[in-house]
Amino acid sequence: MAGVFMEKPASNEHPLVVLRNITKTFPGVVANDNVTFEVRPGEVHALLGENGAGKTTLMNILYGLYRPDSGEIWVQGKRVEIRSPRDAIQLGIGMVHQHFKLVLPHTVAENVALGLAGTPFWAPARAIAKKLRELSERYGLPVDPDRRIWELSAGEQQRVEILKALIRGAGVLILDEPTSVLTPQEANELFKVLSRMKAEGHGIIFISHKLDEVLSAADRITVMRRGKVVGTVPANEATKEELARMMVGREVVFRLTKSTCRPGEAALLVQNLYAKNDRGLWALKDVSFAVCRGEILGIAGIAGNGQRELVEVLTGLRRAERGKILLLGEDVTNGSPRFLSDLGCAHIPEERIRMGIVPALPVEENLILKKHHRPPFCWRSLLDLHSVRSFALKAIEEYGIMTPSPRTPAKLLSGGNIQRLILARELSGNPAVVIAAHPTYGLDVGATEQIRQILLRARDEGAAVLLVSEDLEEIMELSDRIAVMFRGEIMGIVPAGEATLEELGLMMAGEKRVKVGE
Amino acid sequence: MDIASWLISTVSRALAFGVPLLWGTLGEIYAERAGVVNLGVEGMMILGAFMAFAVTQSTGHPGLGLLGAAVVGGIAALLHAFMTVTLRANQYVSGLALSMFGLGLAGLLGRGWEGKPLGNPLPSLTIPGLSRIPVLGPMLFQDQTILTYLGIVLAFLLWLLLFRTRWGVAIRSVGENPGTADALGINVTLVRYLCVVFGGVLAGVGGGYLSVAYRPSWTEGMTAGMGWIVIALTIFAAWDPLQAIWGAFFFGALYHLSYRLQAYLSPELLKVMPYLFAVVVLAASGFGTARYRRRAPGALGVPYVRGER
Amino acid sequence: MKRIGPFVLERKLHPSRAAVFGVSVLSVVVALLVAAPVFAGYGVNPWKAYEAIGRGVFGSWPSFSEVLRRAIPLILCGVGLTLAFRAQFWNIGAEGQLLAGAVAATGVALFLPVPDGLKLPLMFLFGFLAGSVWGLIPALLRVRLGVNDVISTLMLNYVMAYIVEWLVHGPWKGPTMRGFAYTDAFPLSARLSYLPTTRVHWLTLVLGVVLAFVVAFILARTKLGYEIRVVGQNPDAARYAGISFTAVLSLVMLISGGLAGLAGVGEVAGIHWRLRSPSHISMGYGYTAIIVAWLARGSPVAAIFTALLFGLIFAAGDYMKTVLGLPFQITGVFNGLILFFLIGFDLLMFWRVRIAQREKAWTSQAGS
Repeated sequence: MAGVFMEKPASNEHPLVVLRNITKTFPGVVANDNVTFEVRPGEVHALLGENGAGKTTLMNILYGLYRPDSGEIWVQGKRVEIRSPRDAIQLGIGMVHQHFKLVLPHTVAENVALGLAGTPFWAPARAIAKKLRELSERYGLPVDPDRRIWELSAGEQQRVEILKALIRGAGVLILDEPTSVLTPQEANELFKVLSRMKAEGHGIIFISHKLDEVLSAADRITVMRRGKVVGTVPANEATKEELARMMVGREVVFRLTKSTCRPGEAALLVQNLYAKNDRGLWALKDVSFAVCRGEILGIAGIAGNGQRELVEVLTGLRRAERGKILLLGEDVTNGSPRFLSDLGCAHIPEERIRMGIVPALPVEENLILKKHHRPPFCWRSLLDLHSVRSFALKAIEEYGIMTPSPRTPAKLLSGGNIQRLILARELSGNPAVVIAAHPTYGLDVGATEQIRQILLRARDEGAAVLLVSEDLEEIMELSDRIAVMFRGEIMGIVPAGEATLEELGLMMAGEKRVKVGE
Repeated sequence: MDIASWLISTVSRALAFGVPLLWGTLGEIYAERAGVVNLGVEGMMILGAFMAFAVTQSTGHPGLGLLGAAVVGGIAALLHAFMTVTLRANQYVSGLALSMFGLGLAGLLGRGWEGKPLGNPLPSLTIPGLSRIPVLGPMLFQDQTILTYLGIVLAFLLWLLLFRTRWGVAIRSVGENPGTADALGINVTLVRYLCVVFGGVLAGVGGGYLSVAYRPSWTEGMTAGMGWIVIALTIFAAWDPLQAIWGAFFFGALYHLSYRLQAYLSPELLKVMPYLFAVVVLAASGFGTARYRRRAPGALGVPYVRGER
Repeated sequence: MKRIGPFVLERKLHPSRAAVFGVSVLSVVVALLVAAPVFAGYGVNPWKAYEAIGRGVFGSWPSFSEVLRRAIPLILCGVGLTLAFRAQFWNIGAEGQLLAGAVAATGVALFLPVPDGLKLPLMFLFGFLAGSVWGLIPALLRVRLGVNDVISTLMLNYVMAYIVEWLVHGPWKGPTMRGFAYTDAFPLSARLSYLPTTRVHWLTLVLGVVLAFVVAFILARTKLGYEIRVVGQNPDAARYAGISFTAVLSLVMLISGGLAGLAGVGEVAGIHWRLRSPSHISMGYGYTAIIVAWLARGSPVAAIFTALLFGLIFAAGDYMKTVLGLPFQITGVFNGLILFFLIGFDLLMFWRVRIAQREKAWTSQAGS
């Protein structure tokens, strides 16, 4: 619907989209409570809030993925019903989801052509390629139409998503946490693209939980908390402190209290490690580092640069093709996950529900997942249910896991409590090495804070912690040293106190290499 | 019998026996490309076989019989689609139920016709000109029914549709990542229904071929596990209609040889061949890098729920 | 949440036991209703037929004992399948594993020169082992080579069926059997005894019930059971926790196949006293056991009762065939229908109906 385009930006125009008094409930949760939100042509309107505040739900309603329980949607001054994404697309609304909606084995052109009105029946991908090149030049979004999606970096995939929306004539573009997969420099590039779109009269909705980027990229900021709108402020009148207070509902401490690092002997030593990814391509190339007891080594990098494979190799889930891993001085290269775990290597997995728990099993059985085969839980292959129960009660108490009972299926817990369950399990028995992948991803501020404290406590008690995260702020706050990964290589390891955002960003983009001093 | 004529008749019969497998596999490829496993092929084929026989016997037109087979196969598949797409039931169990139901129902309805030969089967063709080519002529262009050639043409058409058209992009996307297709306005439910039902139609025709062309008669359980072979062939063909052609004819040859070689080995042991080979072939394709290439559609077997939290 | 008239439908994350039971009963009842026209098609009033079957089957102890007799292989196979399904291993091969057990038992009964007293124990032992081996193959094929378990187990059913055909037509064909494709009859020492006036080979029945409880104990209280549940519920978590798939799935299929093998021993040693064509030995017990296990929702003890239900259906099939002159295939149709409704109604368990409150009704009307 090209009709949505305005030639000149004019902020006091009719709003492009108005969501009025939207309410949406899910079993047990009110995700949106009487929310009103609008976006005008030529503005970037940020939707700020912590995880679980209801931002994505609201936008999924606008995009037709959910139906609201009550409330109205107005597009260009007309009341509309948006029953499906198809309706939304026809009304000129496009959305770039946080987890990209791309078909990985297909080409860029096929992904763009999917469901696109006006493409020819035969060879739709070929027909679209020309238009795709035009658009990508106009907005500065370079992509190759014939590449397959899985070959692209996260930043490139995001460009495909934006092009998909633009080619469908999106006058309103929703971006859900768009910078979470970008380096700081790439994020700046994205903001340039957005201002170019703004100048052409597009309205942009920018979902984020990061205060700095919202302040720099948005024209107006609407803050949500627990499903409700707290307020809308112009970006040039807002301060970081004020936004944070609106977002969390209380004064926020920006700095964690962190004791000074007293590193002990190296607990985990990785030497010249090589490994392949699922497609048989090299994912780790000559990776070497050491993590000492009592320190946190942060691994920074854009998703897909080998962090996942690194964690898998270190925890026995993936084969190391070459190189060595030493755990407490013992060569454990290609040891089984159980062997490594028994030796004292804890693993807080990236996808906590897919991998970290067995959703249908009760909390108490999830708490013994790694130790069910050993005393006190298991004697001569019989389970000791009393020990299981008493361990569960202790862990629930100590880590503050909110659960109706130890027999409650783990799937009924909230995200934060699931992560507490995993931490309770992994950190019990004082492991020598803790490998934590994205430990606070998707959690609300309270849970995030608590889980960071728990990790710091483990470090203070003498564990060697390897922290993998895409959240640079988190890495910089928690780590004692920071290693940056790019295309399977370590670009350098720097002390956290000396690292700057710019330097890390350049390393994440592969444009700078720091000599690793072992 | 000299080698040439032995070879000619073997290839010719292998083609004829491969036809139901080809039709069934093409159908299953489409269902699975859209993300739905249908283990009901055996049931749909036997229902097709029965329907084709019954209609042909009562009307005298094998064409009508095959049409009936297509319809009954489609209806049976519709049931599976309803179970798995709308009710989101387990695809394996629903397919098994369909096979049990189909085998039972066909046996029940066909009791009066058990063992009867068919008066007017689907005629065999002799293609003028081509059939005169030495060796190849009698091998490929004689004593085949129209369904042999239609099946091969269909395989090419279905390949084009899947990989070179808008519809194909939509079908493959629904099977790989239904959430994405949904977000772009593709009706996932509709695509899955159409593909599953289309698969049932082809399986029905494949079954009908057995009773009106290959062995013009009706016996209970005459599909003899071909429906299960089809499931294996779908994996073996890597969900590619063109590869299904030679896969189907390879297994057709195995079936035929299990009759042909009876002079040398006990018939019961020979009949094991196609089933044993299906396992062996799948095991062999599990070696080495083949696993990367033979990747099943990403969302195969997973019911799609919009906005799951 | 959905509103229908004065009622509100609510989604639940966790179905209650009562809901599971209710839905299971409902599916059987609806299958009975839907199958009614089939009877009508054969000129039999379906209600009269159900009534006659009820009286015929429950009327006397000898006729009711046929339910027990039919339930024996279903209990053994069904219990084994609950174990496999709990590990998310699609063992569709109980039929072949049952036949493997029958073959091994026949081998021992006819060809192994052992003292009479050892004959039956050895038949059960080797029957169990043969079923185990036949079950182990697909487990290893899946773990090592990624072969789809549905296909491999199914294919091995056909392979074993033809092996049995070959044996009874060829090498093991009994010299005293003339034209029939039978082996010789078993010696008396290789035959199971019956409960008086019935054909219930009680030893196998007791074995089945005891093993159901053993399997339930394994699932609930042992390390293996815990690992089975983890592997079945979340394979990724199992990998993460360092659980060996090879070990767990091999053990599961050794037990699952072994139990089916025992069922095969029971059939040849208890009913037929010889090996004969596969369709006579099994009548599809291995396939029906899939429904038995599914209806039992993975509980081995519940499988005893669901097996009795399907034993009833088989016995009713016999009755319909001999007394009402209806074809036995009706049971196949019936089984398919029950399975269909069972999975079709599954979704119902996750919904709860309650009467809408007044103010709720207002908001939802305002919203639409």
